[in-house]
Amino acid sequence: MQLTLWTYEGPPHVGAMRIATAMEGVHYVLHAPQGDTYADLLFTMIERRSKRPPVTYTTFQARDLGGDTAELFKNAVRDAYARFQPQALLVGASCTAELIQDDPGGLARALNLPVPVVALELPSYQKKENWGAAETFYQVVRAFAGSSVPPPGTPRPERPAGARPRCNVLGPAALGFRHRDDVVEITRLLVQLGIDVNVVAPLGATPADIARLGDAEFNVVLYPEIAGQAAAWLARSFGQKATKSVPIGIGATRDFINEVAALAGVDPSAVLAGSPSRLPWYSRSVDSNYLTGKRVFVFGDATHAVAAARVAREEMGFTVVGLGTYSREFAREVREAAKLYDVEPLISDDYLEIEARIAAAQPELVLGTQMERHIAKRLGIACAVISAPVHVQDFPARYSPVMGFEGANVLFDAWIHPLMMGLEEHLIGMFRGDFEFHDDAAPSHLGHAAQARPEPRPEPEPVAAAAGSLVWAPEAEKEVGKIPFFVRGKARRNTEKFALAQGLATITVDTLYDAKAHYGR
Amino acid sequence: MSTATTSLSATAISGCGDAPVLRERGQREVFCGLTGIIWLHRKIQDAFFLVVGSRTCAHLIQSAAGVMIFAEPRFATAIIDERDLAGIADCNDELDRVVDQLLARRPEIRLLFLVGSCPSEVIKLDLSRAAERLSATHMPQVRVLNYSGSGIETTFTQGEDACLASLVPILPREAPGASPNLLVVGALAEVVEDQLRRLLEGLGIEGVQFMPPRSALALPAVGPNTRYLLAQPFLADTARALEARGATRLPAPFPLGAEGTTAWLQAAANAWGVSPERFDAVTQAPLDRARRALARHREELAGKSVFFFPDSQLEIPLARFLAREMDMRLVEVGTPYLHRQHLAEELALLPAGTALSEGQDVDRQLDRARTAHPDIVVCGLGLANPLEAEGISTKWSIELLFTPIQGYDQAADLAELFARPLNRRLRLKV
Repeated sequence: MQLTLWTYEGPPHVGAMRIATAMEGVHYVLHAPQGDTYADLLFTMIERRSKRPPVTYTTFQARDLGGDTAELFKNAVRDAYARFQPQALLVGASCTAELIQDDPGGLARALNLPVPVVALELPSYQKKENWGAAETFYQVVRAFAGSSVPPPGTPRPERPAGARPRCNVLGPAALGFRHRDDVVEITRLLVQLGIDVNVVAPLGATPADIARLGDAEFNVVLYPEIAGQAAAWLARSFGQKATKSVPIGIGATRDFINEVAALAGVDPSAVLAGSPSRLPWYSRSVDSNYLTGKRVFVFGDATHAVAAARVAREEMGFTVVGLGTYSREFAREVREAAKLYDVEPLISDDYLEIEARIAAAQPELVLGTQMERHIAKRLGIACAVISAPVHVQDFPARYSPVMGFEGANVLFDAWIHPLMMGLEEHLIGMFRGDFEFHDDAAPSHLGHAAQARPEPRPEPEPVAAAAGSLVWAPEAEKEVGKIPFFVRGKARRNTEKFALAQGLATITVDTLYDAKAHYGR
Repeated sequence: MSTATTSLSATAISGCGDAPVLRERGQREVFCGLTGIIWLHRKIQDAFFLVVGSRTCAHLIQSAAGVMIFAEPRFATAIIDERDLAGIADCNDELDRVVDQLLARRPEIRLLFLVGSCPSEVIKLDLSRAAERLSATHMPQVRVLNYSGSGIETTFTQGEDACLASLVPILPREAPGASPNLLVVGALAEVVEDQLRRLLEGLGIEGVQFMPPRSALALPAVGPNTRYLLAQPFLADTARALEARGATRLPAPFPLGAEGTTAWLQAAANAWGVSPERFDAVTQAPLDRARRALARHREELAGKSVFFFPDSQLEIPLARFLAREMDMRLVEVGTPYLHRQHLAEELALLPAGTALSEGQDVDRQLDRARTAHPDIVVCGLGLANPLEAEGISTKWSIELLFTPIQGYDQAADLAELFARPLNRRLRLKV
């Protein structure tokens, strides 16, 4: 048993729903009690979808358990087929139905319906939402594309002369972080490169579209958490190579263009020369100087977290002070990336642990999920959302991809907006007693009325530092209070580290300035 | 559809005439009883709700809450995993460990509810024994109770019923020879409690107690001299438990709308022998005020049709209010469960011939709603946007549990909840 306040991922059947809901022409019959119907609201309320997810729940009750829940399931499948006339059925069990072991796959097949049935076995007590999405997409791809797999060893047919190269775009799903707009942006980029998109899946794909996946020469994998497993099968079955770079940020987008161009055998130079993004110039613009070395903590799904860390360092000039993910399946990728930034990777889905790590790292900006947004709010730190889990705010009305060149513009705006602007920082540093520009004021452009300056605090007592026996002398404590709050944590930490290294027991005003000289900024 | 077992039974219902009740058994698009934790954890401020369940349970509560609340919540889930199911770990040992961990972190907790879920029920984890064991360990600091919010046994608001019923055995016994005392049962907003208390005191009924209390340390006393009024229509088990302690229910409609509030207060007044003059003196001014405030909304709502999907069990009192005070037309009034005894006074007030339905087959009910094309549908969050996209205005029923709607001074707020979606549709030109 695990004590859980908030969960980053839902159960695996919610992942399956994200695939079914993204696709056209499929219907998912889920053996589940009535409470599990809550999952519909994820799609109708958070993503504001205008249709119900294509899901029928058996909603068995306690009194059914003594009777024939298998018959209940069969009736639900039969009725769902009759009403919705899908081209294919997905069937499976949620956590409770898994315990009663009714074998949804076998029961559904026994009905001999005139459409394919994909049986999903998603172990609820072991796996989570992203795994469920990946497994479902893989099963769907195998089920519908399987019959067109050539015999092993068959070489890929040559592209006919004059034909444009073709690829699939894999991974976008329902309830994904900006998937809707990423697909548009990346499709546009591929078209500019002279590459046709064969199928986008699962988003908008029918079973018939899935059956055509083998026609493409290679696969663009936008979200490895969802499409990695299916892409590996497609590579084995059709000899389709898959992209490795995820085009989030300018550098990664350029890597992606080069990678795709090599796979397709096209010349990327015109598209690379175009690079129509404002991010590089905005980051070089003199007013962005104040962004230099800002401490950022990055947490999310592995793909978005690793990508965000690179953008943060290489394209914004930040310092990455923390990097982590809740996706244990992708822990290796995050551990590798963490080495680049010399930080301890955080692989955890324990909200309280993540909160503690963020607090300890004292970042000036958190790039995280909706969970970290709450953590940052509690800690009074700026935050931008970079990854699922999502909330209604993560489905903006405007076009807002995070991939490709336009995506880089979106990242610049989204990450800089929560921060205090450069001149404002200076004013706070200069005029610390000002009634508007004081420590507790929020960035003025964020619209909150300046809060009244709080009552002067009483004279500080000597404070024992967290590090053990170190003590801050009252004057030093007062002096550190004069440092603007957004760098105060760093100053305090550096001073304590310095004092410990010097074997000091008390931190004086001199220690503070000695440490400042030692570390510089 | 063969899944649905549908029967029309012409059960005689007084007042509502012999309106048949359409009973359906198909897919039910409703929350389970765990959802009640969303408001109960705010109501009893030193209580904590520990769901013993799956990741689905945890995901349900945080999703149904709509927001992930900024403060650390007073609820959590002990997620059962493979090791527990395979018997590698002993579920009871694991639960003890999780509870220790929780109590160490939250020393201010005085009352801990272990809340059963579908998985814990199916694996037959005995939470009542666990609660006894944990109480023995943690009393007097923390008392541990248990109830089931599982979706195989409870629907949405039945979770509150199960929670309150679990509190009844620990309520203190009223003093021997106590004078008659009044207990109001069902979670209400504090502002509503205060208003109702003032009105009841005005009638001369002193020392009114409310359940659930705001603090686990302020449990109301109960005994043979306790008369209780239900403030919510979904408290069947709680009522049964209170009666087992000797308390007597005062039958009444529910305090929704001006008429409902008056009738509810009247039930108490009758039991206490309050004179008609005194009753009028206390209620006339707020009643007039409520009617004035309602008049504005009646202009917008009169003649409009409303269709209730089953959800909160508030449907029948709400339908009565909308029909009688707002002159709306009732197309279908669906309720997950029809408690005839507690709703007898409400049913008597419903217009004759009202189409009632109990249980659900959501696809068939959607067909009926589309055919009827009512002006407004009251339904759960999963259905609201799809219906809006089809051009039908909706009211999310969960909002009716989070908004103060009972009593005279909230009557117009209640009407406004239905008027706003219609008003919005009129305003929008896009």
